[in-house]
Amino acid sequence: MTDMTAGQAAARVKSVQDAYLEMTRRKRAYGAVMLIVFVALMVSGFRVADGRNAGGFWDGIGNIFQFPGEVLSEAGQKIANLPGLMWKFLPSLIETVNIAAASTLLGALGAGMISLLATRGLAKWPGLIGLFRRIMDILRAVPEIVIALVLIFILGGGPVPAMIAIAIHTMGALGKLFSEVNENASLKPVEGLQSVGATWGQRMWLGVIPQVAPNYLSYALLRFEINIRASAILGFVGSGGIGYDLKNAFSWGQGRYDEVAAIFLLLFGTIVLFDQMSSHFRNTLIGED
Amino acid sequence: MLSIEKLTRTFGQNTAVDKVSFTVEKPAMIGIIGRSGAGKSTLLRMINRLTDATSGRILFEGRDVTALKGGDKRAWQSDCAMIFQQFNLVPRMDVVSNVLHGTLNRRSTLATMFNLYPDADIHRAIEILDRLGIADHAPKRAEALSGGQQQRVAIARALMQDPRIVLADEPIASLDPMNAQLVMDDLRRIHEEDGRTVIANLHTLDTARRYCDRVIGMLHGRVVFDGTPAQLTTGVARDIYGADASFSEDSTSTSIETLDRNTARALREAEAAI
Repeated sequence: MTDMTAGQAAARVKSVQDAYLEMTRRKRAYGAVMLIVFVALMVSGFRVADGRNAGGFWDGIGNIFQFPGEVLSEAGQKIANLPGLMWKFLPSLIETVNIAAASTLLGALGAGMISLLATRGLAKWPGLIGLFRRIMDILRAVPEIVIALVLIFILGGGPVPAMIAIAIHTMGALGKLFSEVNENASLKPVEGLQSVGATWGQRMWLGVIPQVAPNYLSYALLRFEINIRASAILGFVGSGGIGYDLKNAFSWGQGRYDEVAAIFLLLFGTIVLFDQMSSHFRNTLIGED
Repeated sequence: MLSIEKLTRTFGQNTAVDKVSFTVEKPAMIGIIGRSGAGKSTLLRMINRLTDATSGRILFEGRDVTALKGGDKRAWQSDCAMIFQQFNLVPRMDVVSNVLHGTLNRRSTLATMFNLYPDADIHRAIEILDRLGIADHAPKRAEALSGGQQQRVAIARALMQDPRIVLADEPIASLDPMNAQLVMDDLRRIHEEDGRTVIANLHTLDTARRYCDRVIGMLHGRVVFDGTPAQLTTGVARDIYGADASFSEDSTSTSIETLDRNTARALREAEAAI
């Protein structure tokens, strides 16, 4: 009797083992196929792209360091000019950072609103979740440079069109990230507030925002860094700031690479500074928990 | 075998573990009791090297474990399994993969990243699961299991390490009485059948009495009691927990027998009242 049950138990373990090994082999086979497909796509894609290039990738790759080399060597010769040039470009850098800060602030406020309206379980009008999601998609889909060009055409060149363009894009991009944060928020405090008769605005502000604020802040600070770069680029199409100076330094070519180097140094320093600042603020906020 | 010498750990101003010394000569089942904040968890985490000691030494068969670094430290951790209160499994991976994690120290990083384990290991993992009575759950995700089942998966992961010592940090504190008994029975079997040393932090006195060969009591980071369960009188227990005369062992108990006892007494009192 005991022998038989022991035999049955061994047979049961054997069947579990066989079933699991079978599953593992199937998973491994899928994995191998996926790997082959991935490598094949990468190789063929690269060949197609290389064929469509005006020059050849392999012919051009050797020249990749020529331009930076030229900039660096010229800047090296005029290294004494750099501090003065950096001082000269400081006001336009401040303008650029200002555009980024204002657009991040406006965009994040809008994103907070729209994300709450587009999150299942939190939305004021659950039927309109899809509508708000599509609005965010549109805000995100249109490149900020296109919005800036249209606004410059209507309003004229300057920092305001750039600010609006970046704010619109920020609202779309942060809205999506914020609504993912909202989905992970616990509904228990919200239910607690609902049970005392709070309005939707009270439930969101007092029940959800305290839970999600640290994540909101850290995404917003990341977006601020991205927006500094975006606002520098928009200078190229005539909305002021350091990008405008960079374009002039580039396009007039000969003899102004020291200015290019100074602007790059300023931008690099700014990004490092804000990166350090944002991690400091994030840490203090998390430390309070 | 295992000897701990004046082990101390301070966090800022607080001393979590204060000059703890004890020796384990031969494989035994040891229960560590004491109120929360007494330093029980920190002590176990230091033995596993999850937390570094501030001063003092841990010697295992003459080797200074506290001085190990890098690969040697990880090899020691593989020899000294840890079981956690909240199980600490990877919730989205299947049960067998979680058990196979016990072999990570012996396998190459690249192979394990693609979940490639030898068939022999997979067979052994399922045999261990069968020994703990949960082989049928092998292909399920760990998060789909109940707390008691997850803790047994964690024990299976520990056994997969083939460790010399099993450390259990409040293994039954998150479990209902029935599952708590199953898990404690499993830990006792690991000691009796495999001859491994089991050191468990326990939050109930009766569990320590029932399952352990030796009980160590801690208060404010110091060892205040070290003896057999029989020597652990109610008076001693009051000292360990820093409690007064109103302290009753039954009131903290979670074992089914004690609950029965309490219910029976309550019923008797109720009947007497009628």
